[in-house]
Amino acid sequence: MSQKNPAADRAPSYLADEHGLRTWLLTTDHKRIAILYLISVTAFFFLGSLAASLVRIELVTPEGDLLSPDGYNRAFTLHGVVMVWFFLIPSIPAVFGNFLIPIMIGARDMAFPKLNLFSWYLLVGGGSFTLYALLAGGVATGWTFYTPLSTMFSNGHVVAVILGVFIVGFSSILTGLNIIVTIHRLRAPGMTWFRMPLFCWSLYATSVILVLATPVLAITLLLVAAEHLFGIGVFDPRLGGDPLLFQHLFWFYSHPAVYIMILPAMGVMSELVTAAAHKRIFGYSFVAYSSLAIAVIGFMVWGHHMFVAGQSMYASMVFSLLSFLVAIPSAIKVYNWTATLYKSNLTIDAHFLYALTFIGLFVIGGITGLFLALLAADVHVHDTYFVVAHFHYIMVGAAVAGFFGGLHFWWPKMTGRMYSQLWGKIAAVMIFCGFNLTFFPQFLLGYLGMPRRYHSYPEDFQFLHVLSSTGAAVLAVGYVMPFFYLLWSLRYGPQAEDDPWDAAGLEWRTSSPPPTHNFLETPIVDFDAYEYPPEATHGRS
Amino acid sequence: MDDEFLRLWPQAASDHAHAIDWLIWSFTGMMAIFVVPVFVLTILFAIRYRKGTRVSRDHRPRGSMKVEMTWIVLPFIGSMIIYLVSARLYYEVKTPPADAMVIQVVAKQWMWKFQHPGGQREINTLHVPVGRPVRLNMISQDVIHSLYFPALRIKQDLLPGRYTALWFSATETGRYEAFCAEYCGTDHSKMLATLIVQSPQEYQRWLSQSGASESLAEQGEVLFRQFGCSGCHGPAAVAKAPTLEGLYGRRVALHDGTSVIADQAYIRDSILLPHKQLVAGYEPIMPSFSNVIDEEGVLRLTAYIQSLGEGEQGEPHADSPRNPPPEETAP
Ligand code: HEC
Ligand code: HEM
Ligand SMILES: [Cu+2]
Ligand SMILES: [Cu+2]
Repeated sequence: MSQKNPAADRAPSYLADEHGLRTWLLTTDHKRIAILYLISVTAFFFLGSLAASLVRIELVTPEGDLLSPDGYNRAFTLHGVVMVWFFLIPSIPAVFGNFLIPIMIGARDMAFPKLNLFSWYLLVGGGSFTLYALLAGGVATGWTFYTPLSTMFSNGHVVAVILGVFIVGFSSILTGLNIIVTIHRLRAPGMTWFRMPLFCWSLYATSVILVLATPVLAITLLLVAAEHLFGIGVFDPRLGGDPLLFQHLFWFYSHPAVYIMILPAMGVMSELVTAAAHKRIFGYSFVAYSSLAIAVIGFMVWGHHMFVAGQSMYASMVFSLLSFLVAIPSAIKVYNWTATLYKSNLTIDAHFLYALTFIGLFVIGGITGLFLALLAADVHVHDTYFVVAHFHYIMVGAAVAGFFGGLHFWWPKMTGRMYSQLWGKIAAVMIFCGFNLTFFPQFLLGYLGMPRRYHSYPEDFQFLHVLSSTGAAVLAVGYVMPFFYLLWSLRYGPQAEDDPWDAAGLEWRTSSPPPTHNFLETPIVDFDAYEYPPEATHGRS
Repeated sequence: MDDEFLRLWPQAASDHAHAIDWLIWSFTGMMAIFVVPVFVLTILFAIRYRKGTRVSRDHRPRGSMKVEMTWIVLPFIGSMIIYLVSARLYYEVKTPPADAMVIQVVAKQWMWKFQHPGGQREINTLHVPVGRPVRLNMISQDVIHSLYFPALRIKQDLLPGRYTALWFSATETGRYEAFCAEYCGTDHSKMLATLIVQSPQEYQRWLSQSGASESLAEQGEVLFRQFGCSGCHGPAAVAKAPTLEGLYGRRVALHDGTSVIADQAYIRDSILLPHKQLVAGYEPIMPSFSNVIDEEGVLRLTAYIQSLGEGEQGEPHADSPRNPPPEETAP
């Protein structure tokens, strides 16, 4: 099977097959839906970044002079809600998962193509509705919606925002369901589980979390809405409820949800590293099973968000221990990627620089997660900028690097065009430097005691805040650059070959861009994942 | 709170603070051992094995059980050692000593109210003597807040409807910042306080100058009469109500056949939600005071009831912080 699918050259690509907006909005082709997702999550990403820019500009001075206190609180609420639910959670699963999983396993489409399109409408509909409610209603609860602040004491359209997030939640559930069924039912002949690319494993694990955890969020949000609307006492102590119950339910969803955000990026990483190394991954089964381990253990550590919330001391000790356990599978992956580079045939393209960015930032984010899991240390740094830095290192640094890395890697496949490597590399380096300048000072700020979600702050924190805002400007430029050179490539970029990176994997054996049904003849898989020649010093054999 | 231009490490005003710093540095050191190789090897491999370099690529491994086990087990054992240290520190910081002096804290949007045993009240400032364990008994009047002393490396959330505790023993006199660390609405970032750690003599001087004529319990006694509690619970009462003498810390038999220890949480509930736990043998005639008495009032009344004598069953004042009764973890 080393030849390309010859039939693919004869069929029109999925982009050229039909024309007109209508054919896009009513499409059931997983590749076109992926493009729809790409456009919408990019829009949400820019919106969320706008709110973040407001926050960072406000924090340049200790006084709260740019925004009103409520304006500031609304800005970070908008930022968190949009970035978590409308950008990060759908980003890799709905864009690259949709585009690649059927191709990677040799299928013609996802298992439920119409449901697939429907979940895109849920995201866009729910997202726009929430945005409207956030902007018009001025919701200032933070993305965490802690009770009783969100139920009894906040003005604004909390219920509307919650409804929007609830709707978008169903988009996640349906995407997860679709991926699970696709992987179970539609693998091409010969494509056994252990021949699948690791990207499929990690998206499978992600989907399990999506399907199991998101309903808990939905129930929790419904309960908040019920309390808000009908005064049913669930979380408000004055009505006989328990505010900590909300935190338990929320984190029971949200800790697994953080893995929804990072697992797909880890899957992308396994593809980027092997393709750059032109070598099979080191320890395939360890990397594959570690995704499942993360999905399972990730459900048992939510209490590490509540070490000072009033949870029982012994419960905290158990949650802390389990949090150390959940770090192991993440560490396994990092070590295996490093080992993959050993005796490799490395080519350093833009996407490999994003992979390096991922490793660097993910390791720092993961290690600081362990600092936070360290009970007595967390008592000090909980709810400070240390936490903010920790999760941005992972969710922004690493996960977005995974997203950008994937975008650069599969762009030729998705669009049929090559972009400028030079610009790609410049952007990657700027993102790496800008990111560290933005968020490293926040570890120090947090340890110094700067609480999060502060509109104004004591003067002696200013220096570090200014550093952070400067970094944010560099980072913003880094994030905007790909937008331009990638769009530019659509028109002026050279045609992409079918396998521009000399990579293995079914997606590189069809044309760039692929025909509507991916392969005209269902491929027969008689080779392992990452089947690179044993001594590939001169191209593929 | 000196205004240095560039401060990179927080002040440390207690032994616990030093212990936390030590914990952080040793964990950093240990993690460096497991992380630095990743960074170094990634860069080394990326240079050495670039496509076209003339180095041996024979015998490429596809994986290795031994190697995998090494990088799973070693970091795990290492971090477990630090875990045990930090669990011990956490136990200590969650377990106030029995002889700690108790200060009452009530948080509301967006201020801190402190009250000393002698009845002295202060807002957004807290005076404490150096070298003496202090336990803060805390509750929120509205949403969740969190009292955070960076110089002591501690914080604890304050919940509506439930008491939580925070304790420390400051070793350095001085003024230190305190923040609200849990987002609580519009002026969250203005919810600041100052911790003033003084020598015992200065603290005594401050206590006597801050003009409290009545102790906490005496203030409670005034409320007890003012709100008409004495009309039912007093010695000459007509209504049939239990006597409150010797109640504190006693085991109370309830109407539904169960029993509870009459701790602070129980007394608070008895005043604000009297029908939640009805004393056996009495009618539910006591009105709820939840719209009349605020958390500070409840704390004073509780102090008064406590001053009426403590019961036989256990010593909850000294005991409850060490072994939180079930009420503390459940609503
Ligand atoms: C109308 C009469 C009445 C008034 C006024 C009243 N109580 Fe009560 N109180 C009762 C009765 C009857 C009970 C026992 C039944 C129950 O548990 O509700 C009781 C129970 C209690 C208990 C629990 C006693 C135990 O043995 O467990 C406490 C504490 C208490 N009251 C405090 C107060 C305080 C403080 C006030 C004033 C703010 C107050 N009460 C006002 C009638 C009253
Ligand atoms: C390596 C394993 C990880 C460990 C041990 C870990 C540990 C922790 C702990 C203990 C906290 C609570 C800190 C506090 O509030 O005091 C926390 C917060 C957080 N972590 Fe992690 N983490 C890990 C990985 C991740 C990943 C992969 C993500 C996201 C992709 C993530 C995202 C977050 C977020 C969003 C918060 C804060 C949420 C909030 O309070 O708003 N973490 N982490
Ligand atoms: Cu978590
Ligand atoms: Cu606050």
